[in-house]
Amino acid sequence: MSDSTETKEMPATKNSKAIKIDEHIVEIVSDSGEGAQKCGVSFAAISAKMGNGVWTVEIIPAEIQPPARSRAGASGIRIRIGTKEITNSGNEADLVIALNEQVPYGRIDQKAYKEGTVMLLESKWATDASDVIQNKYAEALADFKSRGYNVIEIPMEVECLKIVKNARKGKNMFVLGMLCYIYNRGIDKGETQIKNIFRKKSDAIINSNIELLNAGYQWASINLDFQYDIPVVNSGRDMVVMNGNEAIGLGVLASGMEVCSMYPITPATSASHLLADVFKNSGGLVHQAEDEIAAVGFAIGSSYAGKTAVTITSGPGMALKTEFLGLATMAEIPLVVINVQRGGPSTGLPTKVEQGDLLSTLYGQPGDAPKIVMATSTIEECFQFVILARKLAESFRTPVYILTDANLATGQQPFPRPKIKKDWFAPPIDQSLWKGDVRPYEWDDTTGMSKRPIPGQPGGQHTLTGLAHTKEAHVSYNPDENQESSELRSRKFASFQKTLKPPTINGADKGDLLIVGWGSTLGAIEEAVGIAQKEGIKVSSIHLRFLSPLEPGLKEIFQNFKNVMTIEINYSDNNENPQFSESNKRYSQLSWILRARTLVDVDCYSNVEGQPLSPKRILGVIKKKINT
Amino acid sequence: MYGLKSDVALDLPSKYYSLEGYEKGVARWCPGCGDHAVLTNMQKLLREKQLDPAKTVFVSGIGCSSRFPHYMNTYGFHGLHGRAFPVAEGVKFRRPDLDVFVVTGDGDCCSIGAGAWIHAIRYNMNMTVLLLNNEIYGLTKKQASPTSRIGTVSNTTPDGSILPPLSPVQTTLGVANASFVAQTADWNPAHMYETIKAAYEHKGFSFVHIIQRCPIFQGALVDEQVSNKDAMVYLENENGITVSEEIAKTFKNKFNHNPSDLSEARNLAMDTEKVHMGLFYQDKNAPCYDDYGASNLGYTVEQKEEALNKELDKYAI
Repeated sequence: MSDSTETKEMPATKNSKAIKIDEHIVEIVSDSGEGAQKCGVSFAAISAKMGNGVWTVEIIPAEIQPPARSRAGASGIRIRIGTKEITNSGNEADLVIALNEQVPYGRIDQKAYKEGTVMLLESKWATDASDVIQNKYAEALADFKSRGYNVIEIPMEVECLKIVKNARKGKNMFVLGMLCYIYNRGIDKGETQIKNIFRKKSDAIINSNIELLNAGYQWASINLDFQYDIPVVNSGRDMVVMNGNEAIGLGVLASGMEVCSMYPITPATSASHLLADVFKNSGGLVHQAEDEIAAVGFAIGSSYAGKTAVTITSGPGMALKTEFLGLATMAEIPLVVINVQRGGPSTGLPTKVEQGDLLSTLYGQPGDAPKIVMATSTIEECFQFVILARKLAESFRTPVYILTDANLATGQQPFPRPKIKKDWFAPPIDQSLWKGDVRPYEWDDTTGMSKRPIPGQPGGQHTLTGLAHTKEAHVSYNPDENQESSELRSRKFASFQKTLKPPTINGADKGDLLIVGWGSTLGAIEEAVGIAQKEGIKVSSIHLRFLSPLEPGLKEIFQNFKNVMTIEINYSDNNENPQFSESNKRYSQLSWILRARTLVDVDCYSNVEGQPLSPKRILGVIKKKINT
Repeated sequence: MYGLKSDVALDLPSKYYSLEGYEKGVARWCPGCGDHAVLTNMQKLLREKQLDPAKTVFVSGIGCSSRFPHYMNTYGFHGLHGRAFPVAEGVKFRRPDLDVFVVTGDGDCCSIGAGAWIHAIRYNMNMTVLLLNNEIYGLTKKQASPTSRIGTVSNTTPDGSILPPLSPVQTTLGVANASFVAQTADWNPAHMYETIKAAYEHKGFSFVHIIQRCPIFQGALVDEQVSNKDAMVYLENENGITVSEEIAKTFKNKFNHNPSDLSEARNLAMDTEKVHMGLFYQDKNAPCYDDYGASNLGYTVEQKEEALNKELDKYAI
């Protein structure tokens, strides 16, 4: 290590001895600020670039700099890589890199590890100046071994201090180097990645990080007696890799929308960060409003003036926006609302996943406020649905909601590079002469649809109002008019629903059990269902993208299965526990809707643990349902 | 011969808008309500300025005064209680070609919409704002508002209100980036006209506080306001709002106030004995948020496509 010229000459990788595997789950856990996520995202990107399937999920504490070496402060990332496409974050981790011995406990509490999990543990704490820390380290080490983890102590700090003065900043690149060796990623790919992520930094910083990368790689090659080989399948297609919030941000660009009006809220804000960075050179702007209510009001004002706008928020923000969202339905103003759902109620679990806002999105406004609600289930859909949402909002003169969640927000997945179409982008604002005899709410009796006059169109002057109004947009004083206009506003969604196709069934179209899901659980559900099918269980699944109006044909599909149940990440009562019974059971959110829509006895499994559902958990649910 | 040359381009207005061109329907406010005078003045102003009704937008919240847009033959947005400002800001953000007016009341602006009001002042977007302050909630039938005087008897304060009133002018002058603050009264239409005209001509958030009568729920107060000529002070200055000599003569009290003097403006606003009529403060150089909003308009589909491609390159593998 002392001779820097030698760091370029890496020992030949021991491919022949490498253990061949289809996939692996890697976790890096650390205190906040040690760069675990940067390391993991880089490792994922390198793997994706080589042609592996990848899914990442970030492990984020609730605070920015929580106390060091604490269970609740565990910060990090999980990277699942495989030969084939990876669609979810999987079950227990196969390999964990821990920068202290306390942070793994945050993950052990979440059942993230198993017997046999390889744990590469920073060993500096064994000789810490504090007896308390030394003892804690020894205790944890013994405990990890008793849990059956394959613990390897590694002097990461010592090795990094040979290169940098502050190992806390830089250890992550040493770890990246180790991972590049362990998974045979090629040191050149690591170097390229470092040059990319630090492109705005000085050469000195880039070089020092490359040195750390090489040191990690070298140390692992000399000291570790194992390597894994995850074969690569080259799809031959142009791919991109990004997380869900980045996909939303780019989707906004692709939609041609020019205004994103937002207020900071976790875990939605990073989508607006991306837009703030790139919008200025693509003809749009981010407006950070003074609060959530003003953010949606501003977006509605912009939409009304001809530029359909987007507002991006999470559950508590949605709650604040509710009155304006009702106005957008009533006054028929196009608007795109993106809700990156997090755990609730109240401030809840800001950095954790939940699908808890479905019912409030559907029914949160005063009176009858029909709307279009879509849910994304992949990173690619986060991109595509924004484009679709803008078009639907304008065609149907309505707010369109996209529900995504914290799991998608920070989850990275490769997908085919979108082939841009010109008609994705919004056309210029219509400023043509408004036909004199067309009223501002000239509802079509058959479809409920109407065309809206935009400020600047001569002859289209009218005063939009949130009061019950006539076709002329006049305040209504006639009892029949509110009934009629409510029906026409509802009818346009019925018209839209006629254009939807029934969902595709994953598996046979009849059987013992049908799983119904929505949102980010798609990959985990389909993986679990696939395993169950191989074991001979007659289970199929469908995954809904449109939740309002609901996709057609559900009752007909349900009738071919003995049991139907939803699997969701939100709250439901468990009848096995005290006081709960069929007469008071509160079902999970989608199952409520499906029960009402189809009159089928749709059961549910759901929880609010704030974690992505693992295929293993879902498989357990399937087996339990089949056996009861 | 004896005519214009064929290449002479005459700059003739393509259309003349008469007063009727700005009127719509019959206002449903109570007889004697101060709103009527504001409406008439506004229609006159639009005629004087020959604003294109199709390019003019009136935004309001909820309350008596917020019905205003319904009586203008322009575009209008009668939205939510307290939320006129965010909507108006959104309208203006990417549409510098539109003239935006906000009409709001004391409950709408100073109570439920106070947060949005403070920030609207700071954004300083180019719009004309009329706060019609009758010191009472009218449409919900007589509840005290934040601007009601101590002792106001209302349905929610049957023993008289106990808190001192909020001064809209004082509050506005306290916010960073305030750029135009003026005060007038509905029973002096000539002064009001000159005030809203000056407000319209100012580039930025032009805030006009209109002291306003509600004969139904504040009858006694109306008499006191209109008859107490000793309290009215005409703010005169070459940079202020100038009315005709005839109108100026009707003021018993005059005070020369330079509208660039913020600290004196604040002192005048805090004077609870006198009512100062005219321009309190003007800063023509305060930054306008709508300049940012209009900073990158007009990208073509091709430019947007190119930008998106560039971004996708960053995520390419």
